[in-house]
This record gives sequence, C-alpha cells and structure tokens, in this order.
Amino acid sequence: MTHILLICKKELKSYFASPIAYLLMAFFGLLFGFAFYTATRDFVRFSFQSQMMGQAQPMNVNEQIIRPLLGFASTIALFLVPMITMRLIAEEKRTGTIELLMTSPVKDYEIIIGKWFGAIVLYACILGMSMINIAMLFLWGKPDLKPVLIGYLGLLLQGGCLLAIGTFISTTTKNQIIAGGVTFFVCLLFWLLSWFTAFDSGVVSQVINYLSIVTHMDNFQKGVLDSKDVVFYLSMIFFSLFMTSRAMDSLRWRA
Amino acid sequence: MIKVEGLTKRYARTVAVNDISFEVEKGQIVGFLGPNGAGKTTTMRILTGFLPATQGKASVAGFDVHESPMEVKKRIGYLPETPPLYPEMEVSEYLEYAGQLKGITTGDIKRRTDDAIGRCSLGEVRSKLIGKLSKGYRQRVGIAQAIIHNPDVLILDEPTSGLDPKQIIEIRELLRALSGEHTIILSTHILSEVEHSCERVIIISQGKLVAQDSVANLTNRLRGSEAVALEVAPVEGRPAATEVQQRLEQVSGVSRVMMKDARDGRLVFEVESLQGRQIRSELARTVVNAGWNLNELRPVGLSLEDIFLQLTGAEQKDEQEGGKK
Repeated sequence: MTHILLICKKELKSYFASPIAYLLMAFFGLLFGFAFYTATRDFVRFSFQSQMMGQAQPMNVNEQIIRPLLGFASTIALFLVPMITMRLIAEEKRTGTIELLMTSPVKDYEIIIGKWFGAIVLYACILGMSMINIAMLFLWGKPDLKPVLIGYLGLLLQGGCLLAIGTFISTTTKNQIIAGGVTFFVCLLFWLLSWFTAFDSGVVSQVINYLSIVTHMDNFQKGVLDSKDVVFYLSMIFFSLFMTSRAMDSLRWRA
Repeated sequence: MIKVEGLTKRYARTVAVNDISFEVEKGQIVGFLGPNGAGKTTTMRILTGFLPATQGKASVAGFDVHESPMEVKKRIGYLPETPPLYPEMEVSEYLEYAGQLKGITTGDIKRRTDDAIGRCSLGEVRSKLIGKLSKGYRQRVGIAQAIIHNPDVLILDEPTSGLDPKQIIEIRELLRALSGEHTIILSTHILSEVEHSCERVIIISQGKLVAQDSVANLTNRLRGSEAVALEVAPVEGRPAATEVQQRLEQVSGVSRVMMKDARDGRLVFEVESLQGRQIRSELARTVVNAGWNLNELRPVGLSLEDIFLQLTGAEQKDEQEGGKK
C-alpha cells in the first residue's frame, strides 16, 4: 500500500511539474464554462418566456442544466484520457526508468495501481474545474445535491475505466504518440458503439451496446445509481488493469 | 554471494547468453568484461530480476532470482546502462523516491538520502533538477540510487561510459570506497577499467564465458610468452616483406608474426613466442645471418588488452569456422 501511494504521489508530481496538468485543467475549465454559459442562458431565456406567456412551465435545474452538462463532460473526457495516460508507462520504457521500478522490490500490481491512481487524481482535479460553475447553481438556485454527486461519481467511474484502458495501451509501446493515438481511437470506438446499435434489438447489438462505456453514463447523468452500471465500470477497470499486469509481465519475457 | 549456474538466455533468433557459470565471493569487486553485445547487460538484467533466464539458475545472497525475486531485489543495487533518472525531479527528491521504492521507511529516508548524497559527493547539486545535471553528476545520482538502501550486492552496468577522464577517476575512487562493504559486479568494455578497480575478471564474448580469473593471474598467464617488436631495414628493395615474414615464421618458438608497418623503407614486425620460449637471440641471429639490417629488437609486454583480444578473437574465429561447416 505504501508503494502504491508513493508511486501515485510521484506520478502526480510529474504531471504538475510539466505544463500538461495545467493545460488540461485550463482547457477543460474553458470548454465546460462555455457549455455552462450556453446552458444557463437558454434556461434563463426559457423561464422568462414561459413567465411572459403567463403559463409557467415546470422547470428543473438538475434536468435542464446539470444533466446535459454532465453528458458534455463525459464526452470531453474521451479527449482528456489519452493525454493523461499516454506517458504513464510508455515514457518510462523509453527513458529506461522502468528498470528502476522493475528491479526494486515492488510488485507489478503496485506499480500499475499506483500509476492508474495518479491518473485518476489528475482526472478528478480536471473535473474539479467544473465545480466552479456547478457551485454557482447552488449559490443562486436550488438544485438537488444527490443527483449531482451521483453524476460526478459516474464521471469518475467512466474516467477510471477509460484511464485503465489507456494505462494498458501505454504499457504496450515505448512511443507516447502511439500510446495516445491508440487510446484516443479506442475511446472513440467505445463512444461510437452506442450510436450504431441504439435502435437495434438483436442480441449482438445488445451486447455491443452494453459494452459501450458511454451508455452506462446515462443513468448516472439522470442521477440514478444503478448497481448494474457500477458493476460494469468496476469490472472493466479490473479487467483492464489485469491486462496491464499481463502486459508488464510480458515486458520481462520479450524485452 | 552470487552464484550463476548454466545460465542461458535465448531471444527469438539469437542466444544472448550461452551456458554461463560463475561465482562471486562476498566483498569482491568483479569486472564483467566483453565487447559490445557480448551479453553483459543481459546477464546483469537476469541477476537483477529484470529479465528471466531461459535456462539455468542464478542466486544472490542465497535467494534464487526466479523463485524469490523480492528477496533478491531487496539485496541488490542496480545501475543500468542509462541511469534510470526522472529529469523533472530534484536530486534529493529522486533519491527519496528511489529509496522508498526499495523499502526504506519514511522515518529513515532523510538520513539515508543524506548518507547517499554524502557518499557520492552530490551535496552541491542536491536541490537541482536532474534534467539540468551534467553527465558525470547524473551517473553519480545513478550510483547513489543503487547504494541508498545499503544493498549487499551492487550491479553496475558500464558505470564510467561516456564520462571524461576526471569523472572516471572520481567514479573509480567512489567504487573503491564502496568495495569494502558491498560485493560489486561492474561491466565494462574498457580494459584499463578492470585493471584499475577489479580483483577478478570474468570475460565473456558472444554470450559465452571465455575466462574467469584474478586480474593478476590473467596477466601472468600469458606473461610466459613474449612479444617482440622487430624492425628490419631493406637495402634497395631487398629483402621483400613477405620473404622476411616467412623466414621469421620458421624460427623455432615463434607462434605468430605480424606485419605492423612498412613505411620509409622500414619493415616493422611484431613477433610472438610460444609459451615459455625465449626467441629474441634466435630472431637476431636469423636476421643478421640473412644479411639484412637489424634496426631494432625490443620486447613488448602483453597487456590485458592483448589477452582480451586473443581470448575473444579466438572465440570469434571458432565461431566463423563453425559457421562455414
């Protein structure tokens, strides 16, 4: 456990020692801020209009602002993840620092979980930028807190899942660009899976649809905590990290 | 301390290490010598648990490398060919990280870091970024990383490669200072390195063990034979170089005649004798009796360099001949 924390801390230091962490946080903050602005503007306009018409429509901050924003954030995450994970192990392989890790009395799983944990904390920091905007809603409105928390939990689980896949891909190459590119492609693929199969009802489509990482976000966005989705994300994380440990082991045999 | 038996490492097409066996006693400094690509790094990587062996056994401090890698890793300090450094970290920060990876507790880490910094004289740069350090300092940070947890065994892969002469001397002194408490294996392809800092040499070439002995023994082993530099000055193109060479080869006790130089009307040969044979007087007589001018006749000592070339060169010849068959 101490090793996991040690490696996690080191990864975070590396992220924050380079501009990458700040850049990702700034860009995400900017994009999310823009989306937030559009969503609230429309919301306010709509509520004025319905008041002027004299017939008040039922309005809900959670449903009309937060839910689409969470969906927006989950899409942006597809772009963030490759940039976070591409260096994780690929860089250590290229510079040879992997030899330090693999000749120290540290277990493979400690290295992998430590690195993945570091990536998740950075990802959480990036997501944290959106809280500035969400906090405003709480200051001047009365949204429900629980669906917001569940939504963020969903974002974290989805992120953890994609980050685990990214960690695996980063283990298989020395080249950061390739690691990033392939991760990006895989993220997109998982995203698109849900498009192709949304209206099919065959078994194959159902399975493919189930595998799409994005579809499992829907419930979280609604503020519904379904154990089915949690189990899906956790098992995907476990599977990806397991694959990573196999890939690490194969470094030894092939190197 | 280190025991290697029948170690073999095969890659898809090549055999990097072929049936190597050796032992290293506690407290010894052993030089691992061989041309580039001989299998030094592979052997070291197997010892450190970075690579598994295809066949054979290796154990460090009584623990088998394959069966209890954690125990072995705790007892080994390893400096790979390129020091495993993170350029974005400060020296002391990096050493603390490396130390904790190797199992030093948080309470102990400051003291151990200071100790390693002191021993490798890194005091001046302790709060500098590693990326900004010179090659010599980086190498020393690499060594500090290897000794921080006070391991029984130090494995250093070319610790002096790419350093300038002053830095090489500094590293040598550092190694000498460390040798008391640690068993050290260092690899190098530079022979003077071994003559300076090692007690024993293990020479490998093309994955095979060619010789292992103490440095003194190895040099003595071939001291029995002598090498002579011989200069003959022909008059008006007589005699021809080939003629001289043939005549010299016929002298009893001569094992090899090499043409070294043929400029300005001088023919320079290097003649090596068979084991335990004195050939100088016989050579002189041969040249003079043939009526040629003998300009110079001078013994040349066989250096470790020559021994090395003889050992590894012979090996390569065998290999080529084997290939032809």
